[in-house]
Amino acid sequence: MLASPAVMHIPDGFLTPLVAAIGWVLALASLSLAVRRTQTSLGERQVPMMGVLAAFIFAAQAFNFPVAAGTSGHLLGGALAAILMGPWAAGLMMSAVVILQGLVFQDGGLLVMGWNMVNMGLITALVGFAVYGGVRKLIRDPSVGQLAGAFVAAWISVEVAAMATAVELAASGTFPLNLALPAMAGVHALIGLGEAIITTGAVAFLQVVRPDLLQRGEGESGGLASSATAIGLGLALLIACLSPLASPSPDGLLTVAGAGGFAYLERTAPFEVLPGYSVPSVMNPALATALAVVVGTVIVFGLGLLIGRLAVSRRRTG
Amino acid sequence: MQAVIGFDPRAKLLLTLAAIVGISLLPDGGWLVFAGALIGLMAVAMLAGLGPLHALRRSYVALPFALAALSLPFTVPGDPLTRLPVLGWPLTAQGVTRAASLIARSWLAVQAAILLTSTTPPESIFWSLRALRAPAILVAVVGFAYRYLSLLLGEARRMLRARSARSARRPGHRPSWVWQGQVAGAMAGSLFVRSLERSERVYLAMLARGYDGRIHLGQAPHMRRRDWTLLVLGLLALSVGLLVIGS
Repeated sequence: MLASPAVMHIPDGFLTPLVAAIGWVLALASLSLAVRRTQTSLGERQVPMMGVLAAFIFAAQAFNFPVAAGTSGHLLGGALAAILMGPWAAGLMMSAVVILQGLVFQDGGLLVMGWNMVNMGLITALVGFAVYGGVRKLIRDPSVGQLAGAFVAAWISVEVAAMATAVELAASGTFPLNLALPAMAGVHALIGLGEAIITTGAVAFLQVVRPDLLQRGEGESGGLASSATAIGLGLALLIACLSPLASPSPDGLLTVAGAGGFAYLERTAPFEVLPGYSVPSVMNPALATALAVVVGTVIVFGLGLLIGRLAVSRRRTG
Repeated sequence: MQAVIGFDPRAKLLLTLAAIVGISLLPDGGWLVFAGALIGLMAVAMLAGLGPLHALRRSYVALPFALAALSLPFTVPGDPLTRLPVLGWPLTAQGVTRAASLIARSWLAVQAAILLTSTTPPESIFWSLRALRAPAILVAVVGFAYRYLSLLLGEARRMLRARSARSARRPGHRPSWVWQGQVAGAMAGSLFVRSLERSERVYLAMLARGYDGRIHLGQAPHMRRRDWTLLVLGLLALSVGLLVIGS
């Protein structure tokens, strides 16, 4: 029941109190915004609906499917929640899940809970919503657009949240960024595929059973959606900008690499998922990771488009 | 037993947070201090009538993340102790100290949090969040989520069991994991529809009982003298301890 879908619940002790406090400020500021936004859109339904659906997200994280070698695909749920409920409601629900997991089940620390809410609640919801909307604008067929959008949004939301986690760990001096970033991005490139497949499956199911529910998240358009999109993209950009900036710190890997010969650097990414995940000719590992994530995004976008087309054409012929 | 459980949840929550801040500030390689903190936590557990190993036995939750710290012995620069046989990575003394301290601190912090949840019902913790000025709506949402959690988890488990019951597998044939993922996705979608409909029924039931959109979380009882004493003494002890260690 408590199997974490992703290695993303930071426990206490991994972030310094100062970094943890920054997370709390960010989380509380965006949560109070989310509370106000959902109050206007849901009114009196806000508390019962958000509450029961937060419990749904928690429960849905139990759904898994075996992948290979004892590992399994899991759902984190941020992108799915954002697709179905809009970004602010999703951020609120996901944060409630994180609070519950931390306070009652010790899944994730108390002091660092601010960042856990930002990473798993707000980033996944806002980035997921922004990407979903963006992909659907690019694809003319609305059904294909929904499926491809869900696939890409789910993968990117997990990936960006993982990268944010890596940046926070590096900012606390826990791990050097040039180790944490490729490791987190690499592991979650795989975990994100599980997330993407389950999210797409859920959207495909709802397209058949309750297509009206998929209109609902889109109903959160206008000023609300555009500001959420802007914030989501801003967060993504901020992380992307932070990563090369923080990397040339002389500690950790680079020093070791200097002593042990540079070939060592190539071997230190034990999680080579995409072939050439660290682009060889680029010397700055953080830049290489950012580049590889962009390439990965393009691949996942293509994959999402393909899966969406296939699923829709199969449904129409069959 | 009343010694710990009877205190005001606000005092306990604040003290736990302060203890975790204190633990996070402990220096690398302070083995004696770590041992002292562990004994302190065990003493609290004894006072609460939980047995000294209560928190220890439940503290494995943070283990998966702690595994990440195992990379540190090879990445922190310092005097190489030895090299890994095949890969040739240098293992440094500083790195080992760093990793062990990190694991010790997060492990102690998890135990502090476990002591809080073992001695305080979740509803009281949520309520003290409100008393500590967390947004009312957020606290109410968390409370609702907790109330419906076991219901929906039970539903999720029944769906998982139903999937296993229907999934007879031909020997030697392995279904593609994309297909299995789609099935898991359909289960998530189905549970979403059921949860949404349930939330609607819950809302209507609340309306029928006079819900008008306002959130009432109950009136706060006053912090009694002994709650204040616990809080102040606890904070003092923590700060004095940190000052002594720091000097």
